[in-house]
Amino acid sequence: MKSSVIIFPGSNCDRDMDVALKKFGFKNKMVWHNDNIIPKSDLVVLPGGFSYGDYLRCGSIAAKSNIINSVIEFANKGGLVIGICNGFQILIETGLVTGALLRNKYLKFICKNIFVKANKSQNKYFNKIKKDILELHIAHNDGNYFCSEDDLKIMEDNDQIAVRYCDINGEISVNSNPNGSIKNIAGVFNIKKNILGMMPHPERVIDNYLSSNDGSYFFENLLSNMK
Amino acid sequence: MKIKVIVTPKNGVLDPQGKAIQQTLNNMNFIDVNEVRQGKYFEIETELKDENDAKKNVEDMCKKLLANLVIEDYKIL
Repeated sequence: MKSSVIIFPGSNCDRDMDVALKKFGFKNKMVWHNDNIIPKSDLVVLPGGFSYGDYLRCGSIAAKSNIINSVIEFANKGGLVIGICNGFQILIETGLVTGALLRNKYLKFICKNIFVKANKSQNKYFNKIKKDILELHIAHNDGNYFCSEDDLKIMEDNDQIAVRYCDINGEISVNSNPNGSIKNIAGVFNIKKNILGMMPHPERVIDNYLSSNDGSYFFENLLSNMK
Repeated sequence: MKIKVIVTPKNGVLDPQGKAIQQTLNNMNFIDVNEVRQGKYFEIETELKDENDAKKNVEDMCKKLLANLVIEDYKIL
């Protein structure tokens, strides 16, 4: 399976993602934001980082870069697109997924492992993962997910909430919400579920030496669905 | 010609920065302050000569880049 990771000025999780994708068997290529065409790919990843220094709004400048039109075209044809952290913010700014990501509720940059519950119904990202609760890593200043009540209802009706923050026992509550996101939302799908945007970093937890191995389930599952 | 724009968080959207500023002002004895909303201010120099054309153009910029209409309102001054 072929993947492409887009590099923006200020991306800093691009190489982690490259390592993770290759570890699980993807043939990965790195693609510069100024290019116009994505090489033939089965998966496109917008990595984490601080594209354009988070100027104006996180992800807003990257969302207007040269390569983005190809990403949108690829996504609209049903191609699999993942945006992690800043990549999620970029997906939001392109309009490929719904909502907005505000400054964290308590105004702190949060960098720690958290637990999430993933939506396993009818999507290629989480469907066959055996674990119910995944330990992933977050590192962000603006991950406070927000959308209008109407949009939230549409997304809930279509089962588009991909990942929600929970505690170690799987309880989803205010106490397990690190950043103030509505309904503990950590990630969402587009309506067709080929696009996933989420704040947690699966690529940072792909080995027990890295404090958790739960990101491995994510990549293994995704790859098994693409074969 | 210079066109000025302000972008502010929509009513009902949490503004943690505004809230922190408000609390600090209260702590500094500005006890009359009930709420602060923090926004952004832009000055845009344009070559267009007609003010209406220029403002129309800036409105397009607001919709496409300067504001995120999910969470922000814009006002062309």
